[in-house]
Amino acid sequence: MVRSRCCTNSPSSFRNQYDNDISTFSPHGRLHQIEYALEAVKQGSACVGIKSDRFVVLVALQRQGGELASYQKKVVKLDGHMGISFAGLTSDARVLSNYLRSECMRHKMTFSRPLPTYRASHRYGSRPYGVGFLIAGHDAAGPHLYEFSPAGNCLDYVAHAIGSRAQSARTYLEKHVAEFATSSVADLIRHGLGALRETMPSDKDLTVENVAIAVVGVTENPSDEATIAAFPHMRKEDGFVAFHALSREEVDRHLKAHQQTAGTGAAAAGGDAPAAAAGEAMDTSE
Amino acid sequence: MFAQQPPAMSAGPAGAASSHAIQHRVSPYEDNGGTSVAIAGEDYAIIAADTRQSEGYLINSRYAPKAFQLSDSSVVSCCGFYGDATALVTYLKQQMEFYQFNHDKPMPTPALAQLLSITLYRKRFFPYYVHNILAGLDAEGKGCIYNYDPVGSFERYKYQASGSGVALIQPFLDNMVGFKNTSLQDNPPFLPLNKALQLVKDAFTSATERDIYTGDQVEIFIITRDGVRKETYDLKKD
Repeated sequence: MVRSRCCTNSPSSFRNQYDNDISTFSPHGRLHQIEYALEAVKQGSACVGIKSDRFVVLVALQRQGGELASYQKKVVKLDGHMGISFAGLTSDARVLSNYLRSECMRHKMTFSRPLPTYRASHRYGSRPYGVGFLIAGHDAAGPHLYEFSPAGNCLDYVAHAIGSRAQSARTYLEKHVAEFATSSVADLIRHGLGALRETMPSDKDLTVENVAIAVVGVTENPSDEATIAAFPHMRKEDGFVAFHALSREEVDRHLKAHQQTAGTGAAAAGGDAPAAAAGEAMDTSE
Repeated sequence: MFAQQPPAMSAGPAGAASSHAIQHRVSPYEDNGGTSVAIAGEDYAIIAADTRQSEGYLINSRYAPKAFQLSDSSVVSCCGFYGDATALVTYLKQQMEFYQFNHDKPMPTPALAQLLSITLYRKRFFPYYVHNILAGLDAEGKGCIYNYDPVGSFERYKYQASGSGVALIQPFLDNMVGFKNTSLQDNPPFLPLNKALQLVKDAFTSATERDIYTGDQVEIFIITRDGVRKETYDLKKD
């Protein structure tokens, strides 16, 4: 294959000569195509995943193509017990979601049990997929949160964030990591919103349009009335809550709760703040 | 399943009989018996199937249901070869999951009716050995029944029977549900749910008397806009 020799910026960077092919190593031992794919992930809008002893929560920022456009859906259900959020090339995310959905079905048909979370993995075509996933799942071994990167790495996490300015979200998560294991679902979501808020410029805010939240897990007391009211999707025999995206009303409720704690900077103040306050630009200092 | 072709008669010399070739065959199909009945009403659909599974003169199981609930609004019954019935239902359930993923809503019964037809015809040259009846509610909320042949030819009906007891039950339905050959046949009156349910029960108890492949239990699914309800009744076990 004829490669045009373009001049490089520095003698130590061989990027342009060795980045045309996924299977070509650079002299420094790097696969540039994969690194470029990782860059594509960093361009995508952020998503956050947090898990406790019983639940996994995904909170994602939905980007709007323009004032007149709709908001990009960021949470995809794969099966009753598993779902993903992603950052990066949307079309690649769609292709991989469809593939993972059929893998889930195929595994269920062959082995008569749901696909364990860690078994979902990338397939490769002519180029790496320019999208990273946060996979939230619950199986016999409990709740799981994994990151799948274009590099093909699968990493287990207690809490993680990927996408644009995700480092700020990860800093928030590291600060609060000790609380997650025993947190309630509402608290996990509150932390997810807090982490996500860190990735946004100060003049923008989380709204019911640009936020998507999904949960999966098992409740502690399935026969408890408050639990039944809080989780309409729950299976009553064992308290299993199938992977599902929260409705607009539920997202709104969690946003308001988050804005109250973020606004007062103290423990949740209760429902006294008027609904109008939720729409104003928020002071986000924690 | 295991059949043999008898050797052809020939006027060969005595002592040469042991050299005749006998053709052996294994059939991929088996008839597991069973009967199904379905009635479509103004705002309901009923579909019922017995639970006996047979092979020749043997009973394999007294509880092997032949009617399968596919969603909150669709139930399908599959009479014939049980292996093909379960494989077909597994496939249909997967296709319905894909529909939900791609359209963000559960698959409605008329769409499922078409899907079942093309699924069956795709195996036109090695068919699913099942007679299907699909029951549900149409787009207007009225009850609908679709009857299929093994390769996918289908039509919407108001009432239908299938399986080993079809010849015993279909004329009964023609008369009691379609009011055929009665003075009411041109203006058949509205049939309420409780009456239709009683007719289905009677159809099964009668078929059980005469058909050896029908009996043990009958599962009746009642589909209304509130969802699917199942009732189970015992039948004679002889």
